Amino acid sequence: MSEVQQQPGRGFPGGYGQGPRAALLLLADGRFPAGGHAHSGGVEAAVADGRVHDAASLAAHCRGRLHTTGLVAAALAAAATAGADPLGLDQAADARTPSAALRTVSRRLGRQLLRAARAVWPAPALDDLAAALPRGAHQPVVLGLAAAAAGLGPLDAAYAAAYESVSAPATAAVRLLGLDPFHAAAVLARLAAETDSVAAEAAAAGRRAAADGPGTLPAPGAPLLDVLAEAHAAWPVRLFAS
Amino acid sequence: MHLDHPEVFPERYAHSAAEPGSRALRVGLGGPVGSGKTATVAALCRALRDRLRIAVVTNDIYTREDADFLLREAVLPPERIAAVETGACPHTAIRDDISANLEAVEDLEAAVGPLDLVLVESGGDNLTATFSRGLVDAQIFVIDVAGGDDIPRKGGPGVTTADLLVVNKTDLAPYVGSDLDRMARDAAAQRGDLPVVFTSVRAEAGIDPVASWVESRLAAWTAVGV
Repeated sequence: MSEVQQQPGRGFPGGYGQGPRAALLLLADGRFPAGGHAHSGGVEAAVADGRVHDAASLAAHCRGRLHTTGLVAAALAAAATAGADPLGLDQAADARTPSAALRTVSRRLGRQLLRAARAVWPAPALDDLAAALPRGAHQPVVLGLAAAAAGLGPLDAAYAAAYESVSAPATAAVRLLGLDPFHAAAVLARLAAETDSVAAEAAAAGRRAAADGPGTLPAPGAPLLDVLAEAHAAWPVRLFAS
Repeated sequence: MHLDHPEVFPERYAHSAAEPGSRALRVGLGGPVGSGKTATVAALCRALRDRLRIAVVTNDIYTREDADFLLREAVLPPERIAAVETGACPHTAIRDDISANLEAVEDLEAAVGPLDLVLVESGGDNLTATFSRGLVDAQIFVIDVAGGDDIPRKGGPGVTTADLLVVNKTDLAPYVGSDLDRMARDAAAQRGDLPVVFTSVRAEAGIDPVASWVESRLAAWTAVGV
């Protein structure tokens, strides 16, 4: 193990991807204290709408999310890890998030993740982002910089974002539907291969964006997620913040 | 557990945690559903708001009910009350992942600060719910006599380790068959020297012993910062 790896506070000056791989497990852990537990990944609104009611409909919800907003988030994260300008990426995230409610949520989660990351993997890039956007950068951008600070690479960051796009709804569905937790875990297991391919596609897009600019990032959308998120934000009574 | 009690405020984990005394004292209030946490917060605000600059963060489980109650009762101006959504897990938001609560506290300090005291009220939970020391500097656990006089005997982290245990609604004891002496003996056995207050916070002057305790913690907090 190199000296750099023993001192993650230096932000891995040798470049991304030089740190211990197990840091990815920590970053992707649903129990990592970055505020995610209060968000359902759109599933609370989908449950109320009658669209998610069992393991099969949860799987469909997760698959749709993975290939749309999941891919976008993963590509943004990978681009941030690969060294693209975080402020440019933040604008690109705005442009790829039509719902004002989801833009607010993403910035709030970004701010919470930044707090956790600065405590766990201190790095100048994280401090600079906090200074530039004190009200919060978009969560995938922070995720990418956090991955870099942890010594992880763009593919790792893409994995974390892609997996998060499906793990959040699955966890929330267990609470909302009383869904069998084994069935929810099986949904995630069956999506593993697709998560792999989305992460790989996102990592390639992220590297491209780091070289050619954020305009090249993918921009698939899920209009129903946006519409439901806007409705959900106006509910007077809800379990999850989004 | 609380092996560090003889010391004063030894923990400064939170990224936001400045030097002791240089920001508001943060006091958490936890306890089971219906024990009177919100009533305690409301009474504390009324008792202390003329002397102290106060703000409140509520953690409702699925509504803004507690925040709305405090607004309706007008115990503080609306800009001094913030509600945190907890995703069906109130104990997670005050213990395992405190980020949303820390943000709410910091936002209040930024918007209406400087403040002397921030009260963080947990959503009603079970007997194991306690606050992270990264979020609050001291915590109050509120139970009530109508919830069963065996709660102090059952113990659990809230009853056993909270810096102050409030046994609320003592006026109801005769009607629900609760033995206050037994509750006091059990609480003392669980808590050692940690203080317990038996009161009814809605009664005239019922909040006074709790308010006095908060003021003594605040005095200690401010003294550390000097």
